[in-house]
Amino acid sequence: MRAKVQVFLKPGVLDVQGKAVEHALHGLGWGDVADVRVGRTIEFDLKSADATAAEAEVKAMCEKLLANTVIEGYRVEVA
Amino acid sequence: MKAAVVVFPGSNCDRDCKVAIERSTGAHVDMVWHGDSALPQGVDLVVLPGGFSYGDYLRCGAMAALSPVMSDVKAAAERGVAVVGICNGFQILCEAGLLPGALLRNERLKYVCKSVDLAVANAQTRFTAGYAGRREVRMTVGNGEGNFFADDATLDRLEGEGQVAFRYLDNPNGSARDIAGVVNARGNVLGLMPHPDRAFEAELGSADGALLFQSALASA
Repeated sequence: MRAKVQVFLKPGVLDVQGKAVEHALHGLGWGDVADVRVGRTIEFDLKSADATAAEAEVKAMCEKLLANTVIEGYRVEVA
Repeated sequence: MKAAVVVFPGSNCDRDCKVAIERSTGAHVDMVWHGDSALPQGVDLVVLPGGFSYGDYLRCGAMAALSPVMSDVKAAAERGVAVVGICNGFQILCEAGLLPGALLRNERLKYVCKSVDLAVANAQTRFTAGYAGRREVRMTVGNGEGNFFADDATLDRLEGEGQVAFRYLDNPNGSARDIAGVVNARGNVLGLMPHPDRAFEAELGSADGALLFQSALASA
């Protein structure tokens, strides 16, 4: 199975990189762009055949390493 | 008196820390490789130095927090041994769960490298006792991700319990409530973004950092 993890700063945590990107997009003429958030995607293979078990495992990985839950939230997709 | 400086791949202030501790306290300082399973016996002070451990991959300090030696650093902290994380070392202590909060990208997205004036917010911690009677101290910062963040409840608790050790007089990176350094609830683990190791004798522009190492070892 292929796991895809998306990690973003939590709402309410200032994303200065997102702000800078938003400012640049405004400068290029896309003035209606708002609330840009920059995150990261982490993808990997898992041997598990059971999607539910795999998802639980990936969530444990997020809690332990892939995200810092003090500042970041995450979304997990397993397919 | 015995101190240990942990060396991670990508640490770059490890030697500075060793020299700073030796010259300001006369203590014996062992360098400990991050892959070692244990700290030297009878160590009174453990320092996690500045730098870019693991190239700041994933998040600053995230990989280093999982290094083999960190389980013994945690055990030492639980026994009450003094632990100081400076700059990247502060990020590592937060990632390891030894200190609350996290360090975000600097508010203005700039790497900041300069001397900063700090207020000693609590001169009764075991790391700041030497600053009693001093209102301001000067150290140097060098960071791109030194913007201290914690939720409001945590910040209120840190302030209420006297866990804020240092504050910036002129906040260089957007840190919440101007916080430059915090201690854990027990008071034996300190993390700070400014470098006492770059301010331990007058030739460096300030000798104020020496007092921090002296205080840490005096209370051991």
